[in-house]
Amino acid sequence: MLNSRRLALFHCWVAFGAFLPAVLLGAWQMLMRSPLPAPLDDPGAYYASVTLHGTVMAYVITTFFAMGFGYAVAATSLGRPLRGAAAAWAGFVICLVGTAMAAATVVAGKASVLYTFYPPLLASPWYYLGAFLLVAGSMVWVVLMVVNMVGWKRDNPERPVPLAMFAITATALLWAWAAAGVEIELVGILLPRAFGWSDLIDAGLGRTLFSVTLHAIVYFWLMPAYIAFYTLVPQAAGGRLYSDTMGRLTFIMFLVFSLPVGMHHLFADPEHGSGFKFLQSFLTFLIALPTLLTVFSITASLEIAGRHRGGRGLLGWIATLPWEEPMVLAVALSLVMLGFGGFGGLINMSYAMNMMIHNTSWVTAHFHLIFGGAVVIMYFAIAYEMWPRITGKPLRSKALARWQLWLWFWGMLITTIPWHIAGLMGQPRRIAIFDYSLPLVARMASLVNISVIGGFILLVSAILLITVLVRSHFGERSVTEPLRYALAVNPPRQVPASLNGFALWNAIVLVLMIVAYGYPIGQFFFLKSHSAPAVEVTSQSAAAGVQ
Amino acid sequence: MAEPSSNPLRQPLPDGVVPESAVARTEKRWVITMVTMLAIMMLVIVATGLADALHPASNVEVVDPRTLHLAGEFVESNLGTAIEPDGSATVRLVAVQYDFVPNCVQVPVNTPVKFRLTSADVVHGFLLPDTNVNTMVVPGFVAEVRTRFAQTGEYEMPCHEFCGLGHHAMWTRVRVVPVAQFPTEAPQQRTSCAEQ
Repeated sequence: MLNSRRLALFHCWVAFGAFLPAVLLGAWQMLMRSPLPAPLDDPGAYYASVTLHGTVMAYVITTFFAMGFGYAVAATSLGRPLRGAAAAWAGFVICLVGTAMAAATVVAGKASVLYTFYPPLLASPWYYLGAFLLVAGSMVWVVLMVVNMVGWKRDNPERPVPLAMFAITATALLWAWAAAGVEIELVGILLPRAFGWSDLIDAGLGRTLFSVTLHAIVYFWLMPAYIAFYTLVPQAAGGRLYSDTMGRLTFIMFLVFSLPVGMHHLFADPEHGSGFKFLQSFLTFLIALPTLLTVFSITASLEIAGRHRGGRGLLGWIATLPWEEPMVLAVALSLVMLGFGGFGGLINMSYAMNMMIHNTSWVTAHFHLIFGGAVVIMYFAIAYEMWPRITGKPLRSKALARWQLWLWFWGMLITTIPWHIAGLMGQPRRIAIFDYSLPLVARMASLVNISVIGGFILLVSAILLITVLVRSHFGERSVTEPLRYALAVNPPRQVPASLNGFALWNAIVLVLMIVAYGYPIGQFFFLKSHSAPAVEVTSQSAAAGVQ
Repeated sequence: MAEPSSNPLRQPLPDGVVPESAVARTEKRWVITMVTMLAIMMLVIVATGLADALHPASNVEVVDPRTLHLAGEFVESNLGTAIEPDGSATVRLVAVQYDFVPNCVQVPVNTPVKFRLTSADVVHGFLLPDTNVNTMVVPGFVAEVRTRFAQTGEYEMPCHEFCGLGHHAMWTRVRVVPVAQFPTEAPQQRTSCAEQ
């Protein structure tokens, strides 16, 4: 893997190293909000924990994983050393400093504002600065992905960019667009107020800017998993990718459609009119297209593999797939969770139906299934695939890895199915303590208890993950095979410029963003005075609320 | 990984194992299928959005959160339930850390009810489980949602958005009473069931 080995390994270890404590926090939070007794029974600690769990899962793990995976993909798919490795290390350090700064501030109890910030709540400036550094540091990676792809194209003018590289560059560009929302919110609203340079906070504007990030970031998390679907899964199954063109279209659609849709997180907000909410609800439906396309292409690719292995009949090819491969098992489990989670998502993105579940546990269940389930299980599988190629040591062991994947799958279902039901019953999110003597809450008690069991299964699985990865480091050096990507059934000889670069698509994104967000953001500069004084979250005592 | 490459399953498949035309044909069918699926779903969304009483607060009315208590619609004496000349009810509430003011609301059954809410400090949420009432309460804006309660009874009402370290304590009630029991005071009167 040339000069990217160490980069990939360091980035991934930060990601998985942060993952285990974040899962532990999640399990403890579930205990806190259940009728069962919890250690350290303190609401203040709960909100700090939710902030840390969210920040680590949403920003730290995903960003570091995408960066590490990206460097590995750039070097291996292009078959040449990564350009700008020194800059990559600088970016790594900036991200790490930002992470440490943000995490320390949350642990100190000075930033319990959740990873979504919720202005006019105000945290310590060090939390915002840490978050800003983490995001800004990852922009080094964005630039490097573009530089490496463009450089390879210049040197290979006749050949199509390998799908894996094309897709990771789409991921990087999507992240650059998505991160703009949170960066502008941090630089324009939160940091100036936290440092005392400004006075009031425009909550509506802050929420709207964050919504630019809030949906597209999900696709930034998701795209490494989809890259594995298209380029690693068919290879692991011993087959071929059904269609290279559909792969390119999928990643282009993610880039274009996942950005002008963030306002579906604001359906229940009073600062926007129904026109733009409806427009973005409609646009949100379009991002179902690349996912549906992917389910088709990947199933077809697996069918090719299964039939090659002797599978016959309509469904006989399923049984003959190499299920002992963690990558093959993971894709199946991932697609099942994607199915459940996607169904919930269709409700969330519906302008009207969303009212039934907005801000209830249903939503928590939805994104845990999609991100914590479908996406993260592919991160595990990618790690199992990459680790031996990076370290040269075989995975110890595939059987343990399969156990880990199955436990994660069942843990996630047992956690999230009760949450869906409790959400429909009206259980609000982000609450430290429920009074189970209230009639409304009492009928949710058994559901909450079941979900706690799921949470602890997830914790066991996370421990197993780390065990497998650490054990693999101590094996014999015996693997020499590089990371290989699936070939298409009909390998592309030449692809049109539009499917081999992003200039056109970036221009389309710009137009769509102006159409979808120009007025919703612009209105705040013309509306009469509506800004509010900031409320420092650290200055209130937890007891103040419990009168 | 360490398997010998003589294993036929490990031999790469030849190019074109599925002809290009077959790939194109199946993909075309799938595209038609999924576009149809999405079109139907979108139609359902538009229809339910237009036909059912599921309208999120989209009124975009600003209010200065710093002067709520001084003048205007959300002064304390104007909070609670008002009966309009047409017989419908308007409930005005202010959300603050960590309570709704008033913290118990009384409304008549089978009557159109309009909730108007705003926040005096941070972002809050307002949810009446088992009804269509669910909105964010953002400082600087008035959230307006409409509903009609078909049954009498008491609804527990949580704040559903993280609003600070006492967020979990922010629960209040909506009491739905028979129309006959509802006090019929002068139009200026505001009622609630909050304990003074």
